[in-house]
Amino acid sequence: MSHVVSPIREKLVTGGKSYHDVTHDICKQVEGEPTKEWKWAFGISCIIFAYGAYCLFYTWWQGIGVWGLNKTVGWAWDITNFVWWVGIGHAGTLISAVLLLFRQKWRTSINRSAEAMTIFAVLCAASFILAHMGRPWLAHWALPLPNAFGSLWVNFNSPLVWDVFAISTYLSVSLLFWYMGLVPDLATIRDRATTKASKFWYGLFSLGWTGSAKTWARYEYMSLILAGISTPLVLSVHTIVSMDFATSVIPGWHTTIFPPYFVAGAIFSGFAMVQTLLLITRVVFKLEDYITIEHIEMMNIVITITGSIVGIAYLTEFFIAWYSGVEYESYAFINRATGPYWWAYWMMMTCNVISPQLFWAKSIRTNLMVSFFLSIVVNVGMWFERFVIIVTSLHRDYIPSSWAMFSPTMYDIGDYIFSFGLFFTLFFLFAKFLPVVNMAEVKAVMKGVSTNYPAKKAKASTKTDE
Amino acid sequence: MSSTNNYILGVYDDEDEVLHAVSEVKSKGIKIEEVYTPFPIHGLDTALGHARTRLPIAAFMFGCLGLVCAQALINYTMVFDWPMIIGGKDFFALPDWIPITFEGTVLFTAFGLVTTFCISNDLYPGKKPEILDIRITDDRFVMAINVDKNKKSAADIKKALKDSGAVEVNVK
Repeated sequence: MSHVVSPIREKLVTGGKSYHDVTHDICKQVEGEPTKEWKWAFGISCIIFAYGAYCLFYTWWQGIGVWGLNKTVGWAWDITNFVWWVGIGHAGTLISAVLLLFRQKWRTSINRSAEAMTIFAVLCAASFILAHMGRPWLAHWALPLPNAFGSLWVNFNSPLVWDVFAISTYLSVSLLFWYMGLVPDLATIRDRATTKASKFWYGLFSLGWTGSAKTWARYEYMSLILAGISTPLVLSVHTIVSMDFATSVIPGWHTTIFPPYFVAGAIFSGFAMVQTLLLITRVVFKLEDYITIEHIEMMNIVITITGSIVGIAYLTEFFIAWYSGVEYESYAFINRATGPYWWAYWMMMTCNVISPQLFWAKSIRTNLMVSFFLSIVVNVGMWFERFVIIVTSLHRDYIPSSWAMFSPTMYDIGDYIFSFGLFFTLFFLFAKFLPVVNMAEVKAVMKGVSTNYPAKKAKASTKTDE
Repeated sequence: MSSTNNYILGVYDDEDEVLHAVSEVKSKGIKIEEVYTPFPIHGLDTALGHARTRLPIAAFMFGCLGLVCAQALINYTMVFDWPMIIGGKDFFALPDWIPITFEGTVLFTAFGLVTTFCISNDLYPGKKPEILDIRITDDRFVMAINVDKNKKSAADIKKALKDSGAVEVNVK
């Protein structure tokens, strides 16, 4: 039943769309020949992917000695990139699960692409986990498998093992949630399909969906429960990632603020990445009526709030380092802000704390170009945040004779490029072969939130509204 | 459902109209087989008299199973099979195991729930769907009535559907 929506609310779907228009607008992307823009974009990302794959292959072949790591800085870009990608991978599930629990209807037109982005970002993160192991073909040693070493099991007390479980659970549950959300829309494409290949493939994956009332009622329950369990799951993932650092005894890492601080940062960077992708997608696929300025503004508000939380966390961390009276801790933080990596610290501060504050002005948060630019700025800032936490805490070791600096080699950079190639290649494939907007969910919220809905239907809805 | 001309389909073009029509048609003593819609309509399942789903119970059970399995695995490996002293702590280091126990619970709940959902609705990859109207997944709401299971004549059913606001009445 359609709900009563306050007339002062902005419309979520503009352009006076009917249900059939929604189906048509979203499916034509999947059904038509790839556009020239798509071919160019996909081609370029494949080239980036290929170059990155070469660098990654070389890293695997030679070992991680090809990176710029040294005896003092034993973790640098690998883990920075891992944490960065995992953080980005938080927005999709947050949008689809947390916003579902809070009954935020604006999530419906963006959740599909945000979830896809989540899955691809987690895969990118996984590539760094594998690479940083040095011998990735032994990655299964991180799993509790019976083995030939007298049943030597993994250490379940170690945060690194928690991380293996957290990331793999998160990836598989997100994939499942995303796929189940796709099933009704795949059935729509199946029923419109004209070619043999699309009839077969969309038929195969749509599981014989018919849309009966009974199935929908169960489906709604299933989505709600999946959202309910995904919400603590998404919060647990970055919490556990932060424990990789927080349970160590390195000054600058050994802080109890890490879990909430990392989660806020993850939501912050994830929303920024969703913003970047949506602003491109809505133009390329002409989805301005579905991803409206209202959506962009909502995203910017979340970015401002989480950016402010991150800012408070930075300041708290600094204050506690001084207030604790531990000189190692104080030194680690003063060194961050004023030591040889001062530029990275201030880059992080400017991008993450100052720039999102610009969104307090409505004219800025509803400006597409500025939103696009700032969403990239935020992600640059969040990359530097991880770099600052990881490298600056390590590079000044306890004895000055072992102080060192880190400089990346072409393979550090190349492996990072690989993750971008992987991410964009997968995203463009998704955008071509799967519906980028959840049609069923958008249709379900259209009444009352769409412009110019026919008067006859508006009357019918008031008759049955509770 | 087989296509043996036993089904009368009332086709509607609005979610509130079909919801309203369900109670209207039912009040005339006509038994509705099922309603097919492009998106979920809240209250439609209760209007049709479908029983409330037991999926939440299944999900809870799978969650419990996940919790037990995770605890069993960790206890077996860390306490019984190969105990190791780590940081001078007890072999039975329960607080350290909370993250993985939680992840196991979530993992089992999610996969168990989705599998149960698919089995209960008879959904599986490659299943041939029984499509009553190709527009159900687009913009039409279809009420299916089995003539054989109703005492009313086909003409009466068709009239009732028309009266309740159906834009088309078809036979399949």
